[in-house]
Amino acid sequence: MRELVIVSGKGGTGKTSLTAAFAALAAQNGGLALCDADVDAADLHLLTQPAIRQQTDFMGGGKALVDPDLCTGCGICRAHCRFAAISERFAVDPIRCEGCGVCVHFCPERAIAFAPQRCGQWYVSETRFGPMVHARLGVAEENSGKLVSLVRREARQVAEDRGLKLLITDGPPGIGCPVIAAVGGATALAIVVEPTVSGLHDLGRVLDLAAHFRVPGLVCVNKFDLNPEMTGAVEDLARSRNVALAGRIPFDPAFVRAMVQGQTVLEFDQADRARRAVRAVWDNIIRSPAMNPARIVDFRQTIR
Amino acid sequence: MIVSVASGKGGTGKTTLAVNLAAALGRKAQLLDCDVEEPNAHLFLRPEISHSRKVGTPVPLVDADRCTLCRKCAEICRFNAIAVAGRQVLVFADLCHGCGGCTLVCPEQAIAEVDRELGAIDFGTCAGPDYVGGRLRVGEAMAPPLIKQVRAAADPRRITVVDAPPGTSCPVIAAMHGADFVLLVTEPTPFGLHDLRLAVEAVRLLGIPAGLAVNRADLGDDAVFAYAEQQGLPLLMRIPFDRAIAEAYSRGQLLVDADPCWRGQFQALYRAIETLVRQGGAVPCANS
Ligand code: SF4
Ligand code: SF4
Repeated sequence: MRELVIVSGKGGTGKTSLTAAFAALAAQNGGLALCDADVDAADLHLLTQPAIRQQTDFMGGGKALVDPDLCTGCGICRAHCRFAAISERFAVDPIRCEGCGVCVHFCPERAIAFAPQRCGQWYVSETRFGPMVHARLGVAEENSGKLVSLVRREARQVAEDRGLKLLITDGPPGIGCPVIAAVGGATALAIVVEPTVSGLHDLGRVLDLAAHFRVPGLVCVNKFDLNPEMTGAVEDLARSRNVALAGRIPFDPAFVRAMVQGQTVLEFDQADRARRAVRAVWDNIIRSPAMNPARIVDFRQTIR
Repeated sequence: MIVSVASGKGGTGKTTLAVNLAAALGRKAQLLDCDVEEPNAHLFLRPEISHSRKVGTPVPLVDADRCTLCRKCAEICRFNAIAVAGRQVLVFADLCHGCGGCTLVCPEQAIAEVDRELGAIDFGTCAGPDYVGGRLRVGEAMAPPLIKQVRAAADPRRITVVDAPPGTSCPVIAAMHGADFVLLVTEPTPFGLHDLRLAVEAVRLLGIPAGLAVNRADLGDDAVFAYAEQQGLPLLMRIPFDRAIAEAYSRGQLLVDADPCWRGQFQALYRAIETLVRQGGAVPCANS
């Protein structure tokens, strides 16, 4: 099974709209499983309208809770907490609490409880393109890296169980903990970049990350016509780092209009230009050496 | 005054709002770039960096000669960052949250703490506001401790505009915590609305007053505006979709420089924020 992870460094480059469009194309050619690994701001479901079949709590670590009846106010917990989470009146601020449990260990009265917290939920669903694994991380929660690893693992399992050969994963933005969890072990990354100074800057950081984790990448410039010169700079940077180009997609308000309808551009009328561009980019990605490491091209993907 | 500029969804124009707000306020302001994974504010403000400082987080270093392999350190660690394997103690520095628990429990005083590098903070000046920006080391997972240190490096005498990271999980919370006001930025699309809802939840959790700026305000539908009204979230600015704005942005040009009328608009935005904060900072909450 191959896994393509769509990432973007900078958010809002059209990553999720493209993920959904790619899913629509792959669904016509051999099928796929989908994974939304952008658990912090999961949006893919707005375009795929998944019907949830299975729903599971995602449990994180514990958080401290002082029982005022047992607390004698000795102040030991407060002195040991590095995260300034315990107030003068020995109440724990759940937002500041890092969940290290040091206070629990040192409390001589055993007055501090440390119950595991539910920090989100994850789902296995059906969509019109195939099965989808996605999640929702609670607001202000940590452990997003763990949840990302979990949804990816489950999505792989679902794909394998159904004999699907392709998994498309919508990755999180940035280069920190959730992205690291999203790129490790992927077959290839499709990096969606905007032709802006920010896009160019962030591409450099994502390419560093891809190199760090040894995952091959392909660069696709979205809204390339907003600044053709910058598009050139983005593509030059990709080439200079030995990263293949997957193509360019024009700025087209049809992406937003399709989104408002809850559709992908592939399914949306009046989007011929965008559709053609997306199709071309997808062909380049799926036939690329990066996605075919053993040079075995799946011919079902090429015959149409 | 600390104004955090945040957005649930990335790419909505959060950095645009933050840098232009800071630039419009000029010398009395400073911009803190807390989007340490993808710091972009400097591309627009173009500060001259006067100095940089490496930022680390404490991790344990075990003195094998003193260690008796009692395992107390491994038992207290909730993050599996320290373990006894055979006849030695292994430290997995990437997993360590720097809580200091292992150092405290070690009966032999065999554990010292050393700094593990998370990234750096750059300090600079430009024509207008001061600049303080964090940069997460590539391959580093832990943004929140770096963000906290960027926040701590702020000059309290200046108006602080924080460019927060996208999302609603721990890094964003670190960038919003303790702010006087959160300016939420979104676009009027289903994605924008969905992520705005999450951001509003986060702001309410922290109890910080908030307002809304809508970018590409004419590209999409009305649902975001209806939601803002229903939530009592004041709409403080609308930026239309305009190819000229998009192109200026793509070149790294400030809106307030590209078109002076924006300077006045951003100053008015700041006055509106001040008024809202002065009105007692009550959190407008529709469900209470
Ligand atoms: S668990 Fe750790 S962070 Fe939380 S209150 Fe206790 S010592 Fe502080
Ligand atoms: S400092 Fe805390 S998190 Fe780090 S190894 Fe020690 S006990 Fe674990």
